[in-house]
Amino acid sequence: MSPVLAGVLQLLALVAALALAYRPLGDYMAGVYSSDKHLRVEKWIYKGIGANPNTEMRWPAYLRGVLAFSAMSVLFLYLLQRLQGSLPGSLGFQAIDPDQAFNTAASFVANTNWQSYSGEQAMGHVVQTGGLAVQNFVSAAVGIAVAVALVRGFARSRTGELGNFWSDLVRGVVRILIPISVIGAIVLVACGAIQNFSGIHGVGQFMGGEQQWNGGAVASQEVIKELGTNGGGYFNANSAHPFENPNPLSNLFEIFLILVIPFALTRTFGKMVGSVKQGYAILATMATIWLGFVALMMWTEFHHGGPAFDLAGGAMEGKETRFGISASAIFSVSTTLTSTGAVNSFHSSNTGFGGGINLLGMQLGEIAPGGVGSGLYGMLIMAIIAVFIAGLMVGRTPEYLGKKIGTREIKLAACYILVTPALVLGFTSASMAMDTPKNSMTNSGAHGFSEILYAFTSGANNNGSAFAGLTADTQWFNTTIGLAMLLGRFLPMVFVLALAGSLAEQKPIPATAGTLRTEKPLFTGLLVGTIMIITGLTYFPALALGPLAEGLAS
Amino acid sequence: MNNSVGNTARLLGAGLRALLVLTVICGVIYPLAVTGVAQALFNDKANGSEIKDGGKVVGSELIGQRYDLPLKKGQETPEPDLKWFQPRPSNGLGTNSVNTQYKLILSGATNLAGDSGSKKTKDGKEVCDPKAQEGLCAQVLAARDAVIKDNQTADYKVKPSDIPAEAVTSSGSGLDPHISPKYADLQAHRVADRNGLDVKQVEKLVDDHTDGRILGFMGEPRVNVLKLNIALKHLVAEKG
Repeated sequence: MSPVLAGVLQLLALVAALALAYRPLGDYMAGVYSSDKHLRVEKWIYKGIGANPNTEMRWPAYLRGVLAFSAMSVLFLYLLQRLQGSLPGSLGFQAIDPDQAFNTAASFVANTNWQSYSGEQAMGHVVQTGGLAVQNFVSAAVGIAVAVALVRGFARSRTGELGNFWSDLVRGVVRILIPISVIGAIVLVACGAIQNFSGIHGVGQFMGGEQQWNGGAVASQEVIKELGTNGGGYFNANSAHPFENPNPLSNLFEIFLILVIPFALTRTFGKMVGSVKQGYAILATMATIWLGFVALMMWTEFHHGGPAFDLAGGAMEGKETRFGISASAIFSVSTTLTSTGAVNSFHSSNTGFGGGINLLGMQLGEIAPGGVGSGLYGMLIMAIIAVFIAGLMVGRTPEYLGKKIGTREIKLAACYILVTPALVLGFTSASMAMDTPKNSMTNSGAHGFSEILYAFTSGANNNGSAFAGLTADTQWFNTTIGLAMLLGRFLPMVFVLALAGSLAEQKPIPATAGTLRTEKPLFTGLLVGTIMIITGLTYFPALALGPLAEGLAS
Repeated sequence: MNNSVGNTARLLGAGLRALLVLTVICGVIYPLAVTGVAQALFNDKANGSEIKDGGKVVGSELIGQRYDLPLKKGQETPEPDLKWFQPRPSNGLGTNSVNTQYKLILSGATNLAGDSGSKKTKDGKEVCDPKAQEGLCAQVLAARDAVIKDNQTADYKVKPSDIPAEAVTSSGSGLDPHISPKYADLQAHRVADRNGLDVKQVEKLVDDHTDGRILGFMGEPRVNVLKLNIALKHLVAEKG
């Protein structure tokens, strides 16, 4: 069997598995966020928090909950790293420097998981398992909560109430993320991922002497790293490390985990707004872009343009033998089109165009299918922009899901889509204009520029993958990328929740013959086009200086 | 004013309590429960899939290692021991720089671009300079020359087109435990020669240790270098 055919079959198997999970998981999640019953364990948790889970919140209250919880998370994670030297179970690892501790705390709370440290030589059990892995769960649950609040904004009328943040947060963790993680972690261990607390120990070698390894709760962190579209590796090599991703089956399973919640949330959305067809239209948009990007990535990586790849006879630099080209290509696209940023091959050693595809995937705003929750709300914002453009073309006031898209709604949607490009292009330009940040580049020329563009694209879009040649552990990058991650996560959430509040207050308008049918393929086409044009107009000049220049020269 | 300060403090307090409760669930109970089940059901795998030979642990099935001669005086990098099958290059593997009380393996990739170390030809194409001193071009050139030189025997010459890509490139982790069957077959001639074995025997050994794609389509065919070398060691011992 040829590697290309094997790749296509792996893709088909993945699609089949996602399709099987779509309805049950989507319906289940809709039930979780619609039910008014609390589990016993949840009641204990609410007691611990001291919050009444039945209080309905308007958007400012919901937002305050998100921000208070996230602020405390940043502070807690920062202190945990700063105090690492004095904590038990830290394997002798010392306190993390202030700039790096800020960067890492911001990174994990913002669901980005950009890492300017190397896991195996910086973080002990307590920080990894009790700090970083916890944020993998809760930052994902916050993302889903905000998406659900927006969906409620569409579904509800003449109220302004969006649900209860604490209840949405806790249910996301207890009823969705933990159960899937427990099963997934066991599957990963069965494939060979490690799960122990043996610390750092020596292991004999064939030629004598010993290797020193870092043990740890790897499988339990790996599974939520993918499922919560987080992406922060236990080890420096992330999912290329054999202890995180031991074989081709675990690899395909990890890609499945990355994609399953973001895709299934479109079903949850459809259920909650009372028309699963609306969810299918959003799903079709996401799937079209994802499949298109996978095809492009496979093509460029098999074609292996680039002087060194030509010489080697294949683009295997930075890729593992057990995965090969196709399983690496599917992983890269899935990780950059969601907010995951885990890698099983190193993007900096992709072909020029391959690196460009990864960059563009993040620059779309990570909405195809996007991060858990953030993918859905990002896509719904694009849908609002799309109906607005369609409305302009026919001269009608745009509406979506029975809600009028007026001045306020469009202003909020426009603010949303301006945040990340402003952060990416602003910080990239600043870094290029200064003298020292450029010393961090490993490669020169177009690829060196791509390293910096990639870093801020990844940070502001909350991805976390890297053109890892960049030496990012400097005060400049730790600080600026840290800020980009926090602003790129929480500013958009402000606009999403404000939008949700304003939609929930409206009264529904009945569909008429003139209403744009947003559940039809025509709308899916319009939406794909809108996304591509907006992103293209925003980022084309930057992409031309980096990956396009590199790709066209070889 | 005082009221709003009080409200903010109350809210932050709720945030902190929520974080602490969820830390107990996600950061203590969950990992311990998973560890318990993993250790009970898949003890071997949960602890790193170690392989024993002659009663001694010789490494992990999952983690690549080097098969080098002892370092001679004045050498900075050891030479490969050509009696044994050789793994992929691992130029991205790092050395432990932070917590230096350990000699940890620091996994990683080179992160070099495909056009690093290249030069422009007259018609504007980027190609690898045959005398490249740096970048990925230099690494691939050096690795290719070494594969050609190391593997030729009296009756076997290596053609550059026979060398698979993974043999001259570094993996993502730097710890890739595998090589492709093609690279193993290429090395079979040299390994047979150095160990006084028949090439056919060594080729059969490679075949026996080739893992196909899982279910016929997942991943790529591969040979585990450690397992192959252990089998080779036994084969040599039987002959001797």
